Amino acid sequence: MATLLQVKNLTKSFGSVIANNDISFEVDAGEIVALLGENGAGKSTLVKSVFGLLRPDQGEIYIDGKQMAPGDTAGVIASGVGMVHQHFKLVPVMSVTENIILGDEPKNGIFINIKKAEQTVRALSEKFGLEVDPTAIIEDLPVGTQQRVEILKALSKDVRLLIFDEPTAVLTPQETDELILVIKNLASLGVGVIVITHKLREVMALADRVVVLREGKVVGTTTPKESNESGLAQMMVGRSVVLEVDKGVARPGKAVLSVKGLEVFDDRKLLAVKGVDLEVRSGEILGIAGVEGNGQRELVEAICGMRMREKGEVLVSGLPTKDMHPHAVHEAGVSHIPEDREKHGLVSSYSIADNLILNQFDQEPFARGWFRNMGATRENANLLVKKFDIRTTSAAALASSLSGGNKQKVVIARELSQDLQVLVAAQPTRGVDVGSIEFIHKQLIAARDKGAGVLLVSAELDEIISLSDRIAVMSGGKIVAIVDSKDADRNHIGRLMAGLKE
Amino acid sequence: MFIVKLVRAWITPLIALLIAFSIGAILMITQGADPMRAYQSLFTTAFTTQEGLAKTFGKATPLAISGLAVVIGLRAGLFNIGAQGQLISGALAAAWAGYAITGLPMIAHVPLCLLIGALFGSIVGYIAGALKAYRGIHEVITTIMLNSIVLQLAEYLSNGPLKEEGSIIARTPDILDSAKIGTVSGLPIGFLLSGLLALGVWWIFKKTTTGFRFETVGKNKNAAWYAGIAVKRNTVFAMVACGALAGFGGAVETLGVVGKFEPAFNQGLGFDGITIALLARANPLAVIPGAILFGGMRGAGPTMQFSAGVSPEIIDLILAIVLFFVTAPIISRVLKLKSDSNTQVTSGWGSN
Amino acid sequence: MPVYIYLVIFAIAVAYSFNPVSTVAVAASSITFGLPLAMAAMVGIMCERTGVVNIGIEGTLLTSSFFGFFVAALSQNLIWGLLAAIASGAVTGLLLALLTVSWKMDQIIAGTIVNILATGLTSFFYKQGYSLPAIFPRWSIPGLSEIPFLGRVFFQSGPITYFGLILIFVLYFAIYRTPWGLRTRAVGEYPSSAETSGISVLKLKYTNVIIAGAFGGLTGAYLTLELVGSFDRGFSAGKGFTALAIMIFGRWNPIGALLAAIFFGFAQALANQLMIDGLVNIPGPFINMLPYVLTIVVLAFSAGKVRGPAAAGQPYEREQA
Repeated sequence: MATLLQVKNLTKSFGSVIANNDISFEVDAGEIVALLGENGAGKSTLVKSVFGLLRPDQGEIYIDGKQMAPGDTAGVIASGVGMVHQHFKLVPVMSVTENIILGDEPKNGIFINIKKAEQTVRALSEKFGLEVDPTAIIEDLPVGTQQRVEILKALSKDVRLLIFDEPTAVLTPQETDELILVIKNLASLGVGVIVITHKLREVMALADRVVVLREGKVVGTTTPKESNESGLAQMMVGRSVVLEVDKGVARPGKAVLSVKGLEVFDDRKLLAVKGVDLEVRSGEILGIAGVEGNGQRELVEAICGMRMREKGEVLVSGLPTKDMHPHAVHEAGVSHIPEDREKHGLVSSYSIADNLILNQFDQEPFARGWFRNMGATRENANLLVKKFDIRTTSAAALASSLSGGNKQKVVIARELSQDLQVLVAAQPTRGVDVGSIEFIHKQLIAARDKGAGVLLVSAELDEIISLSDRIAVMSGGKIVAIVDSKDADRNHIGRLMAGLKE
Repeated sequence: MFIVKLVRAWITPLIALLIAFSIGAILMITQGADPMRAYQSLFTTAFTTQEGLAKTFGKATPLAISGLAVVIGLRAGLFNIGAQGQLISGALAAAWAGYAITGLPMIAHVPLCLLIGALFGSIVGYIAGALKAYRGIHEVITTIMLNSIVLQLAEYLSNGPLKEEGSIIARTPDILDSAKIGTVSGLPIGFLLSGLLALGVWWIFKKTTTGFRFETVGKNKNAAWYAGIAVKRNTVFAMVACGALAGFGGAVETLGVVGKFEPAFNQGLGFDGITIALLARANPLAVIPGAILFGGMRGAGPTMQFSAGVSPEIIDLILAIVLFFVTAPIISRVLKLKSDSNTQVTSGWGSN
Repeated sequence: MPVYIYLVIFAIAVAYSFNPVSTVAVAASSITFGLPLAMAAMVGIMCERTGVVNIGIEGTLLTSSFFGFFVAALSQNLIWGLLAAIASGAVTGLLLALLTVSWKMDQIIAGTIVNILATGLTSFFYKQGYSLPAIFPRWSIPGLSEIPFLGRVFFQSGPITYFGLILIFVLYFAIYRTPWGLRTRAVGEYPSSAETSGISVLKLKYTNVIIAGAFGGLTGAYLTLELVGSFDRGFSAGKGFTALAIMIFGRWNPIGALLAAIFFGFAQALANQLMIDGLVNIPGPFINMLPYVLTIVVLAFSAGKVRGPAAAGQPYEREQA
């Protein structure tokens, strides 16, 4: 088998953090290599170096035996390497065709030959069985279709090596299966494939070989035949990983959060939440399982007063809450760990101490009337930093100096340190290292045990299954089923997530 | 530790000043003038002579206040280039109140005039603030436009309805004695007021909930909204505060220095205010020394012409160069200092 | 769209029948006042389409008018002045690119610095007593300039006018029909997409901002060498900022901006003509105020609803997800 890609001794640092530490590996033509590792292990950094988006500090990259110049994306593309990014690199306001031809436009004199371009797109679409409308505008398309465009763009350039970065993050289990078939098909045509993932299930289903990264180093290479999921997990994390969370029995009480007949529009004025009824009782965790893009974000935002409710109401312990007023909802007893912590949860250029009182700055004891109480703010900060194990030099340090996991801890510390009846946690462990994930899970359970009703929304099905007492499945803007977690069958839930009846 | 911090904060502006003065010196030499003589006369006049000092502080006052007006905006994420227009509206309004309202004792007349000045300045600020908050128009454009509009209006009014009888040039009548502000042991009261204002602004941002609201809105609108801060209302409020402050400054200028309103008298104060604010890195306390420096240079500028044959416009250039070196991350790169992202004012034009 | 055109043509026809001289004067002045605004708006469009907010257009206009005037006056040759203006415009573009693209400064502050530097420079080096040998002559295009009304308005203008108008149309086609335009728009909307397609975002930004600066230089040359024939401190008088309003009003589209600029020019020309014809008696300052008030009014009605290039104003960080 011809060696398509050879990476030798690649090292890349960002300041004092060594993201890739002396990494070497190979990919042959027709081979599917899975790059496995947890968040922050260095997978994305590695392939970005391969693709020329980053310049490695040391090391060499050979494609077809030819050495590539660092940072030369155009050269890498010309050598037949394509990449399907985790966050799509598509221009939302342009059409499918325009996005696909960007950088390699068919010409008619000095003008773009748009007719020829559209023809090419149609031909590609047929050849690989990925259906798209060449004239559609990207921002009008659903996420799964956008990914098809992203894949077609990579395939449009005679690829010999295709890199997929976390491709299934936004797909339903069924779409994932389809993608797996597409990838296997490509491999059988002689294309080399690298799939970056942290999902053990997919690795077992897809890969010919698995390269495991941990903290920037290659810790092992294996094949699905020689290993199993827990073996892979152990390699990923370096110790026996408790794949199940240790939680006691729930003692649910009265309903603390009630959602009735909620309808919410998304940013494009299309109905994203199509009539949802929910109840979260005190002392229980209700997890919402579902692929991203099925209305979960809009649901959470509407509950927390960040998005307009078209119809329906949200009640906390029987009392209705205000629409479009996040602070009022907060005052009613709803604490929220927002999905986008940089946007809603923190002010990066503020100190940790200020962030810890961000939504209570004008309340006792942190302020009396017009005047802020800096002493109380400081005390509170020191207390919380200790309690929640926030890794920092001092509470006066800026929030921007913290790692992702520690930033999340700041948000959680703030929200959990207040009296709460309801805790809404949206993607609480996204972008967080494993140690912090365990901690955060423990905090969620502790909140439950103190009597709060926890609404957990996560794209990680495993997290939902292990944490929740009850699981609601959301698909196409509706809650299609609610099951007790004891009775949860993973396959069954997966099918429900995809919109199937059973 | 504190010394290190102090040095770090001041080293960039100082080096910038040095470079700017050096370039100025080179330009003077090419013009055949003696830079040492020019600089010497500039600084001794500005800071050592009785008359020069009076002029320095006289000029420094409106500069400090318009600098503070810009600083409040910057802290709230707004780039208020309109300090000049806001200042002029306050100056004119106070001049009018100074002669039109009769029969009041000084203790009532002066505060009244100052208040009226602040009021008109805040109206101008309000327009820009409302347009930004409710229509999303970036304040840079609106405040520049408002500057010009106010200038034209002021010229019309001082040459027309409010004109002094029998005067050839455009100006309002002298203000009554009851409206004048004098000096206290040599320092114009106006300057003392501006010092107090600087302290006040600093304290508001550090220790009050209002300051926290402004800053949060300036640093992260989304997080501010989420934390329960009324973003639009605070944006407008910040612009109104800027305008009120600038208007107040104009009123002080009228009541304390000029004694009337003449359209030509405060050219260029607008941009100077911005320069001072950026130079001070949006720190209200640093505005005062900056204003003193600028005031001295502008006030004593003409003596350079007199003693060394250098045209005073070189000061425009020197100040521009100082600004360049302070804001562009050249010096901090060379010295490997951490640059603070204190000032981020770009935002989309419309729904971005 | 067509409805407005018919209305406009109808209005012109009616006015022409009443008072041909004034109508022609207003129409011609609309173009002469509006053109520099349109050209300055092109500067803004080119920069923002590439993701760079350019507040410094005013500084570019000031510098280029300055150099255009003085080089022409010193050499007594208009062509040298023209070249100097374009070159100095390109230099201001280079400066802005350096500040915003390489040094990643806040773009509004960077633009303000360009303006302040321009003001300082031109105010210091300004000297009185210079004059131009002439201004650019008006070329009447044979045949076309004989057409009543249209001939006088369009076909009896100076060379920079013709050139400028042509360039505006060229820019329009370039942005929407050429690979360069597609790549530029991609950089302005979502630079990551261009980077991952093998396009050098940095190079494109620099190139576009410098060329835009040159275009601004041409505008400055127009103002001093073709329109007014002199130079003064504060010569550009806010046109650089009005140009931004026109860019927004014209939806970042060269033709749209041209029409918006002509509308502005028309407003001013109309006010002037009404004064000249004695039909109204407005004090001078209010006429002077008109462009500024109009700018605000126009923005108030259009800014909120429009969407400019999404990445405009954000410094491009190469190594990002």
